[in-house]
Amino acid sequence: MSTGEKRRLNGEAEEEDDDDIDGGLDAWERTYTDERSWEALEEDESGLLCPIDNKAIYHAQYRRRLRSLSANAARIQKGLIRFLYIVVDLSRAASEMDFRPSRMVVITKHVEAFIREFFDQNPLSQIGLVTIKDGVAHPLTELGGSPESHIKALMGKMECSGDSSLQNALDLVCGYLDQIPSYGHREVLILYSALSTCDPGDIMESIQKCKKSKIRCSVIGLSAEMFICKLLCQETGGLYSVAMDEAHFKELMLDHAPPPPAIAEFAIANLIKMGFPQRAAEGSIAICSCHKEAKVGDGYICPRCKARVCELPTECRICGLTLVSSPHLARSYHHLFPITPFDEVSPRQNTPLQRPPKTCFGCQQSLLNPGNKLGLSVACPKCNQYFCVDCDIYIHESLHNCPGCESFRHS
Amino acid sequence: MASVPSKLYSDDVSLVMVLLDTNPFFWTTSSLPFSQFLAQVLAFLNSMLLLNQLNQVVVIATGYNSCDYIYDSSSAPNHSSEDARLPALYSNLLQKLEEFMIRDEKLGKEEPRGKLASSLLSGSLSMALCYIQRVFRSGPLHPQPRILCLQGSPDGPEQYVAVMNAIFSAQRSMVPIDSCYVGAHNSAFLQQASYITGGVYVKPQHLDGLFQYLVTVFATDLHSRSFLQLPRPAGVDFRASCFCHKMTIDMGYICSVCLSIFCKHHKKCSTCGSVFGQAQSDNTSASDRKRKAPET
Repeated sequence: MSTGEKRRLNGEAEEEDDDDIDGGLDAWERTYTDERSWEALEEDESGLLCPIDNKAIYHAQYRRRLRSLSANAARIQKGLIRFLYIVVDLSRAASEMDFRPSRMVVITKHVEAFIREFFDQNPLSQIGLVTIKDGVAHPLTELGGSPESHIKALMGKMECSGDSSLQNALDLVCGYLDQIPSYGHREVLILYSALSTCDPGDIMESIQKCKKSKIRCSVIGLSAEMFICKLLCQETGGLYSVAMDEAHFKELMLDHAPPPPAIAEFAIANLIKMGFPQRAAEGSIAICSCHKEAKVGDGYICPRCKARVCELPTECRICGLTLVSSPHLARSYHHLFPITPFDEVSPRQNTPLQRPPKTCFGCQQSLLNPGNKLGLSVACPKCNQYFCVDCDIYIHESLHNCPGCESFRHS
Repeated sequence: MASVPSKLYSDDVSLVMVLLDTNPFFWTTSSLPFSQFLAQVLAFLNSMLLLNQLNQVVVIATGYNSCDYIYDSSSAPNHSSEDARLPALYSNLLQKLEEFMIRDEKLGKEEPRGKLASSLLSGSLSMALCYIQRVFRSGPLHPQPRILCLQGSPDGPEQYVAVMNAIFSAQRSMVPIDSCYVGAHNSAFLQQASYITGGVYVKPQHLDGLFQYLVTVFATDLHSRSFLQLPRPAGVDFRASCFCHKMTIDMGYICSVCLSIFCKHHKKCSTCGSVFGQAQSDNTSASDRKRKAPET
């Protein structure tokens, strides 16, 4: 901790600090001590170096996660209409370089990826951005459904200084989220770099306020576990996790993209009035209400006030009607009808009744190992078709259809 | 052709996944006999393979009861052993197709009642996407994949969610879905699929000239497409239809829990059983607007 403190105090003068930390190693030596690149290699039978095949390990991890997810999420209601504030800690702790090149750069990079993934999975939801800097929380963008505007705003604010204040951030976000309609699920995702919080008042009150406003607060820490963050997540039903490295951080971040299980009393079921606009006639000229520019053709017409908008989904600037198209609704349906996880087929457990197929049902890749034995494969419990491991991941992560079940008629 | 040693692929090497509709219930009603249709498609497949020696064609049959791979140009032998008179493509494909259709027929237990039966588009789309993912995994050099649906059967409403899932997955992996629809009415599924994924949707006016449509529109690789004036999507209707009356609506109510669409305000959702509170009044949305109005 003392070296970290010293580094913060020294601020810019990093070269000296690095010498302190690494005990006088040269720059070229340091890259090796940090990355430990030799650990990613192993020797094959003939003594040649080759990268470690961690596909099997990766798949085992993936299956464990899939199972734990589906075990408690089988028929649980999901909050599909989410209002999420991402709080980015840009205090001076975010300039630390334990993540390469710095925490701040890593955070922005993955927030960008997260925002795209989030809107892909939750087309009817909205995101807002808040930053913490110099002990104050600043709203960066208001709640909105356009990924580009958020990403642009975040990229323009890439500097960090001062202390971090959890309470200020919570109070600010709480104020915004109190105004959203009751059917929406309120969420906050805090990306916290600092190891302390510098608050103007009692943070417990702010936590209780969030709890009362039914805001689900989640925190991803970048340094070490903090009691106050853990308490906040426990109280409000969120997730608290601390990232070990960049890959882990990315994984933790993307865990927040699929809709979380809904807690019945958190959001009141309601009917939401929505418009399904038609495309504007080819060649017609109109001024769009979003950019205030004259455009030829291209665009949609709000069914209530006939204003022109460029993109869907959006909220009509003139009458406030939510405008969507039917594919946007369809994008969320796979959360409601998840496909069952496939069962692992162990190579030995060959049923004598039927010979297992030699190829993957999805991609026709051979399932046999070099020794002509059945390799690692999975089978759908419903249609009993065999799939290779790669198809298993693709089917559950992206396709959300079982090719086997889809290609046999159910009567 | 099975394994080309140097995978020096330029941007015009294509992998075409052809989804062939073999639904017998459709082909008995069609004005174009299946044999003629097949003859034109086979000529098209051959010309695809001739255009570039690295081009790859995979054919998946979309049946009424099942779907299956019936031809893969990368694994088929170049010279057929049994019948030297027919080129390899024809004999392999026709043999597999015949086997498939017999199997498909055996699987069926009952004749479809009422209106014309749909084929299993969602199944063959899912299989094609799995195959394409395998091609993506094969390394940095791979042919540019695309999907071509040769479909005639009407849409099966029960496949809606699955077809949409497949469309979105294709969109995410940047795989265009082209469609050539030879049925009587336009297919809403395929129109949406082509529109969302940036493919081309064609409904040929003269089925006798199907080959010409196929070659002029679908034979071009993705890179060359940008230089061509291909048929443009004509008015894809993205309006939704309500669950209660199946009417296409401009404005409607969405259940916040399960996203069911209704044309009127209900007290209870008929899909998920949630009981609704007060309808979102126009006042709240008006105040929302004020808060969100841009500071111009």
